[in-house]
Amino acid sequence: MAVSIIHRATGVALSFAGLGILTWWLFALSSGPDAYATFTKAATHPLGLVVLVGITWSFFQHLLSGIRHLVMDTGAGFELGINKTFAILTVVGSVVLTAAVWFYLLGMAK
Amino acid sequence: MSVGGSSTPLGKVRGLGSAKHGGEHWLTERATSIALLLLGTWLIASLLLLPQLDQRTVLEWLHAPSGAVPMALFIVVGFKHALDGVKVVVDDYVHEPGTNFATNLVLLFLAIGGGALALFALARIAFGGVA
Repeated sequence: MAVSIIHRATGVALSFAGLGILTWWLFALSSGPDAYATFTKAATHPLGLVVLVGITWSFFQHLLSGIRHLVMDTGAGFELGINKTFAILTVVGSVVLTAAVWFYLLGMAK
Repeated sequence: MSVGGSSTPLGKVRGLGSAKHGGEHWLTERATSIALLLLGTWLIASLLLLPQLDQRTVLEWLHAPSGAVPMALFIVVGFKHALDGVKVVVDDYVHEPGTNFATNLVLLFLAIGGGALALFALARIAFGGVA
């Protein structure tokens, strides 16, 4: 149940913050060095990094719980034990993938 | 429209759910989700595989068809999926018909406007000279 409401919350976050930042990023890229510098400054600010890490986690969480919902749409995976294991795996998976991406990105920046 | 045989006779008569129709919306949301599974994985993998994320490197990536075409698809399918998904949330919580219509209309304009802005920026990158 918790994973189901998280699916909605992350979906709303991705719709507004995620697509909003993607659009800003593309627009800044296309607008020249000054606009891109402004974007980079915001994105590398501690607060900006928190938002970007949050978006990354939302992306992986929504992707994994989305796969879970697609499986459940076929009528499979409703048994209590399997259902709970699958739900927990989406959270574990999203945290691991988010950590992996950011360790890689921050390592690359050095 | 009835998908599958699980709905009750009353549900079929009423047209299913708080949106009053929805079979096609439901299927579109699933189709776009499967497309985004591929496109989203492509986007994350591409960003990680770029040697660095400075402006020149990213512009060269999005200037090439191999970057620009999947990104265009991601924008179109992403905004469509976001619009379909947020509508489900709105229809679940905003019951008054007038407010529901107004909220969905604002979200429709936001999605179309945001998608147009993102596509315009991408087109400027793809069809312009690399800075």
